[in-house]
Amino acid sequence: MSARPDPGADAAGLGARAVRRGRTARLLAALGLSGRTLVIAVPMLWLLVFFLVPFFVLGRISLAEVMIARPPYSPLWDRAADGTLNIIASLDNYRFLLADALYRNAYLSSIGIAFTSTVFALLIGYPIAYYVARSPEPRRTILLLLVILPFWTSFLLRVYAWIGFLQREGLINSTLMMLGVIDTPLVLMQTTLAVQIGIVYTYLPFMILPLYANLVKLDDQLLEASADLGAGPVTTFLTVTLPLSVPGIIAGCMLVFIPAIGEYVIPALLGGPDTLMIGRVLWDEFFSSRDWPVAASVAIVMLFLVVAPIMWLQSWLDRRGLNQ
Amino acid sequence: MTDTRLAADTRPWRDAQARPFISIRGLSKRFGDFTAVDTVDLDIYRGELFCLLGASGCGKSTLLRMLAGFEKPSEGTVTIDGQDMSSVPPHRRPTNMMFQSYALFPHMTVERNVAYGLLREGMRKADAMERVAEMLKLVKLGHLARRKPDQLSGGQRQRVALARALIKQPKLLLLDEPLGALDKKLREETQFELIRIQETLGVTFIVVTHDQDEAMTLSTRIGVMSEGEIVQIGEPREIYETPATRHVADFIGSVNLIEGRVDVAAGDQMRIDTREAGPVLVSPRAGLSRGQTVWIALRPERIALSRSKPEGTANLHRVTVEDMGYMGYLSSYRIRLPSGRLLRASQSNRLRDEDPISWDEEVWASWQPMACRVLTE
Ligand SMILES: Nc1ncnc2c1ncn2[C@@H]1O[C@H](COP(=O)(O)OP(=O)(O)O)[C@@H](O)[C@H]1O
Ligand SMILES: [Mg+2]
Repeated sequence: MSARPDPGADAAGLGARAVRRGRTARLLAALGLSGRTLVIAVPMLWLLVFFLVPFFVLGRISLAEVMIARPPYSPLWDRAADGTLNIIASLDNYRFLLADALYRNAYLSSIGIAFTSTVFALLIGYPIAYYVARSPEPRRTILLLLVILPFWTSFLLRVYAWIGFLQREGLINSTLMMLGVIDTPLVLMQTTLAVQIGIVYTYLPFMILPLYANLVKLDDQLLEASADLGAGPVTTFLTVTLPLSVPGIIAGCMLVFIPAIGEYVIPALLGGPDTLMIGRVLWDEFFSSRDWPVAASVAIVMLFLVVAPIMWLQSWLDRRGLNQ
Repeated sequence: MTDTRLAADTRPWRDAQARPFISIRGLSKRFGDFTAVDTVDLDIYRGELFCLLGASGCGKSTLLRMLAGFEKPSEGTVTIDGQDMSSVPPHRRPTNMMFQSYALFPHMTVERNVAYGLLREGMRKADAMERVAEMLKLVKLGHLARRKPDQLSGGQRQRVALARALIKQPKLLLLDEPLGALDKKLREETQFELIRIQETLGVTFIVVTHDQDEAMTLSTRIGVMSEGEIVQIGEPREIYETPATRHVADFIGSVNLIEGRVDVAAGDQMRIDTREAGPVLVSPRAGLSRGQTVWIALRPERIALSRSKPEGTANLHRVTVEDMGYMGYLSSYRIRLPSGRLLRASQSNRLRDEDPISWDEEVWASWQPMACRVLTE
């Protein structure tokens, strides 16, 4: 062995490796795959296993009839006495959903509550995100940590804590009474307002983070250019900052609105009997009535209610060239 | 007669009576304990195209940003057209700025970007669009009015930025390295374009650049900056021919600096004793005393090289050619004096010389006394 590796051998090694790589590539090509496809394949597989398969299972249950059986719904097909195969699938569950005002109201009120909560989360979250994004460096990181801090404690615990604030003898009522603003305690618990407060509180970081990520990229020189051309601070905000943060606003709103529609825990803990939300209806159908087919169709309809606006927004963003 | 009057008309800084349009007094900017701009005094006259020239980081942008109002001066005042700017916010100043990064609004079309300033003034949209169309024609961008900035080339973006900054016809236009992002050829074309536009509109320009050729081509006057201070103000020719310090001489063009002592300072001749080039005859300069340490600044193109011994030249040396670079329009040489000192020399290639002076040749190098500028600092 010489101290210096033989350059010839090295070149040969490289050559062999190149050939081997070539063979792998050829094998993949024979299977109709390229490296690129392979990279995309992983998330695709994930989506397939954890989204599409459950989706089809749900879809299939939603087309069945409820039965006292295990699992509690009719099979998709059965074999008649003469051996012919009958597919049992009906849209009866969906018809039932449409006919019963309970479900329609539950959808509408869920969307309503999610919508108002999203608007308030935006109104509160935007100034916070703006302030954090415009802060100088060491402070910015600390503020950002504070935004994420609530995630370190249990979500359930934090919602429980709100009961302490909102109940009859809670902090809010006792403070207001002590200050003499009110004589009799306000009814805050078990109201739609309490649910909205809970949702805004819980989902606020999901609004702030995408907004922050957007606003922190905002080029200071654009603001200076705007001022230079004669725009005061308010005009600059409305004509430059706000339009440029639209992608952040949309991302934040989606992250709040979508989970808020299906929220179960918050209305269960803070809401009253007349706070109708689809998450609770779903729970009741699955676990109280054990009517899996109806529950499944409730879930599928909800999915479409959520997905349709997202698709529309995406294409709108693409058209305006705002999507980054 | 007419000649001198014309000169006085177009060069107000030569007239002691002329009133400056922009007057900067004792202006400083400190970031923490770092001084970015150090007590700058500067007068600029209406219609000038003034260049601030200096190496990167010497405080040019900071000075410009104080004029635009984006930085608050630590000390000193800025007066524009007789009005003190101390308490005027950027959006109320009679200045507009063209940013180094252009800072075009990415969500607006070219047209919208250019109209922005007019619409903020409350101008009717139809009128504004008419003005925008004219302005876009001036910068030759009429056909791209509906594009977004990210659909434009660097040169096109640069012209949008210029149009946007000019549309309000500001009293003063501040340009921060306006051509810095363009490639060499485009930059040269755009320099003349910039002069054309400035002359068409009659706006006063202050241009920041670190490129000395650009400053020489563009400006009526140059202010050379170094470490936050203005070290010399003058017309391009003055700065080149009579640099105030070694630093300026070295920054503008290329120069040979030879250290020496004043030997004879009498009559119409002056002799400097140098270790590297022996006694050097220079044109006399007032205010020097015998024995004082000085530096001779000698531009490469002022050194003549020849194979035959020239007659009657004061500063004559037998030199060896160490290096030669052929650049087409000129050839540049590094020549070694008998003392071992290397000098740069260049010869313009006016003729198609079949047998140019080349490596390792022994030739005569000479220069006139008036080619030397004596510097004391
Ligand atoms: N906001 C700031 N904070 C601290 N230092 C700064 C700031 N702006 C500029 N400087 C410093 O001031 C000096 C001059 O900067 P600048 O005016 O941008 O130089 P130039 O435009 O001549 O390249 C640089 O050393 C820079 O680091
Ligand atoms: Mg700069």
